[in-house]
Formats: sequence, structure tokens, C-alpha cells
Amino acid sequence: MMLSDDEKYRYSRHLLLHQVGESGQERLKAANVLVVGAGGLGCPVLLYLSAAGVGTIGIIDFDTVEISNLQRQILFTTEDVGKNKALAAKERLQALNDQIRYEVYPERLTGLNAKELFGQYDLIVDGSDNFTTRYLVNDACVQTGKPFIHGAIFTFEGQFAVFNYQNGPTYRCLFPEIPDQGAIPNCAEVGVLGVLPGIIGMHQANETLKLLLGVGKPLSGKLMVFDALSGTQRTIHLQRNEEQVKVALGIDLKQHADELNCAQGKEKDEIDIEELRVLLTREPLQLVDVREPWEQPRIESLQALTIPLDDLPDMLDRLDPSKKTVVFCQHGGRSLVAIELLKQEGFKNLVNLTGGIVNWK
Amino acid sequence: MILKLNYFGQIAQMLHKEEEVLDLPVTTIRELKSYYAEKLQTIPFSVAVNQQLAGETDQLNENDEVALLPPFAGG
Repeated sequence: MMLSDDEKYRYSRHLLLHQVGESGQERLKAANVLVVGAGGLGCPVLLYLSAAGVGTIGIIDFDTVEISNLQRQILFTTEDVGKNKALAAKERLQALNDQIRYEVYPERLTGLNAKELFGQYDLIVDGSDNFTTRYLVNDACVQTGKPFIHGAIFTFEGQFAVFNYQNGPTYRCLFPEIPDQGAIPNCAEVGVLGVLPGIIGMHQANETLKLLLGVGKPLSGKLMVFDALSGTQRTIHLQRNEEQVKVALGIDLKQHADELNCAQGKEKDEIDIEELRVLLTREPLQLVDVREPWEQPRIESLQALTIPLDDLPDMLDRLDPSKKTVVFCQHGGRSLVAIELLKQEGFKNLVNLTGGIVNWK
Repeated sequence: MILKLNYFGQIAQMLHKEEEVLDLPVTTIRELKSYYAEKLQTIPFSVAVNQQLAGETDQLNENDEVALLPPFAGG
């Protein structure tokens, strides 16, 4: 794919590098990369791949921009609030580089669309924010034979790696089990330093460009673990586990779709504050506050039963098992523990308030 | 067995420390995992020994550097 004169000027700093040069830049122009999620990780990845001249970039994200995203999702402006992220991203990226072809999918990645979509791209960048999607990305990449660039974050720490590259390890080789829902909180629940996804996302962009250009050593067979607080980075060496590759190959991705549909369709077992407000207007609820009595804010209007988590086993008789029960705490962690306990005691129709009550206004 | 332990992510948060040296009654990764499973409840994690991902049946040696790595969800 020949470069135009405009492109030669635009990418002139790349052309000066003997590792890139005109032929490398042509490779980038001919490349197709799919970015899953235009969030904290996806934003820097998309910006740098666009600036670098990756010819075709796919963006899949069903989510809309919220004002609380802007602390780290640097593609978006205050005006974008309420817009679909994939569409808003394309608008901003086109202004950066109108030479790129953007394929936009304002929808959720599911077991029904993943394989067909991945088949159209050279490699996948995973910037998703939940384990269902992360394992779906892994399994669909294994099944379609595509390498993917993994990135994931937790408060001040990040992990990144190249998976499923030339018979290298996969994500399941590192983490065989899909964590239970709620076992590992996401950024909305525990917070994240805004610059962290920037750092990890740029490592993902770097690995993407290395793979596309065929230069350097791809980060395959290694997991990098970065800690923003100490500024240190560790390398963990990984090996491919054929058993886990078989698991990924054997998974019926449509089941992933069913899982997602279940999570969306059936009685929800977790809601956020906005959903709680709606629910309160619709049906009678038993609200249980498992925080300590001194924790703020107290919301009198909710008329919640206050039963600190430690006291719960001895105070089960205060709960009415026939009622739909929403359990909450400050951030949504203890309430999950409480729900597990209540389940074991035979309670049903339990709902966790994810993110906790702390943001109630 | 004396082990130098490194904790990451939610594990470090839960144990309120990033590293410690402990004398633990374990000799294999499986034993180590069950020892920590009680403390960490539902948090899943993988174990690396001396910067190498370890399998369940791998043996531990005196003064090994052991990392407890949970997966991260965030993006």
C-alpha cells in the first residue's frame, strides 16, 4: 500500500526510523486492528494507533460517555456526555487523522458477534472492563487464531501482555478460572488513578505497533505488572498451557451470549444507585444497610434496617425472607459478602447495590 | 518454610501490605493456595515463584520469591 506525499510528510518521523521506514509505514497503513472498549485503556490506544497511521481501526463499545469517565477517558469532552463511546471516539479521531478508515460498532461484544468480527482484523486490543468480555476476547481470539494485546487495571496497578501470539500463552493460561461476579471490583467500585489506564494503554499501543511492524520483541510469554505508586514494573514469565487452550477452543461462544443475556434479562442480582431509585418507585423493597452505624451518609428516607455485617448471622430473624431485599454498604464489597451469607441461609431474591451508597445524593 | 511474599491488586489491599517475609507451613503451590484461600475468600489468584508462573504441584524452596497475582477487571 503506497504512501501519498501527504502521508510521507505526516509520518516523516516514523520514516526516519530504520525500524519503520517507508515499508513499515506501508505495513501500518495496510493493517486492521480492532479495539474492544473505548474506555480508559481504549482511549489512549485509539489515539496512538490513529496518530501512527494504522490504516483500518475498528471500535466496539455499547456504552455511553458519562461525566465521571472524563477523569481518564481522554478522547471525550464534556459535550460528548450521553453519546455512544464508539461514535464519539470516531468523531474525535477523524479530526486527528482523516487518512484512517474507522469501522464503528456501537454495540456490545457478545458470543454471537465476536468471531465474525475478529475474523476481519489482524489483531485485537482488549480494553474491556469486565471478566465476561475478557474471557470472551480470549476464547474468540483462540478460536479465530488472532493475537490480542491484553491490558487491565486496578486502582494504581496495571497488567499488560501479548496473548495467543505464535503459539504463545493465552489469558486462560495465566488465569484459568473466570472470577465469581463481584470477587474483583472494577474501577467504578474502587476507583482508579486517571493516568494509570493512559500508561497501560500506551504499552498496549506500543505492543500493537511492534507486532504490526515486526520489530523488537513482542511481550509474549510475559506478563508485565506496573505499579504507579512505586513506579516499578515486574515481569512474570508465563508458559502456554495446552489444557487451557483446549478449554478456550471447546467453549461454545453462544453460551457467552446466553450468560450476557441472562445478566441483562432475568431478575437482576445487582443494581446501581440510579437503578435503585427507579426500583424504589416500582415495588416494595426490604433495604439492609450492613455498614457500621457511624458510617456516612445515613439515608433516613430509605428506612433501611441497619445490621452491621459482623452482626448479621445473629440477626437474621429481623429480615423478612418473603421480600425482595436490596443489601448495601459503603462501596458494594461487604454487601456482597452479606448476600453470600444470606444465600447460604436460604434467603432468595437478593440484590446487591454495586458501588455502594456512598454516592447517594 | 521461609518465603518472600509479594501481593498485588486487591490482595495487597485486603492484607494491607505489598510484601512480607513469612515462615509458612507449606511445601507446594497447592498448599500455599489453600493457606491463602482462607484469608482471601473469593479473590482468585495465580502464583508466580521467582518471576515464573507456577503450577499447582510445583514445589516451593526456602527463600523463594512468591507473587500472588489476582486478575484485574478494570479498563
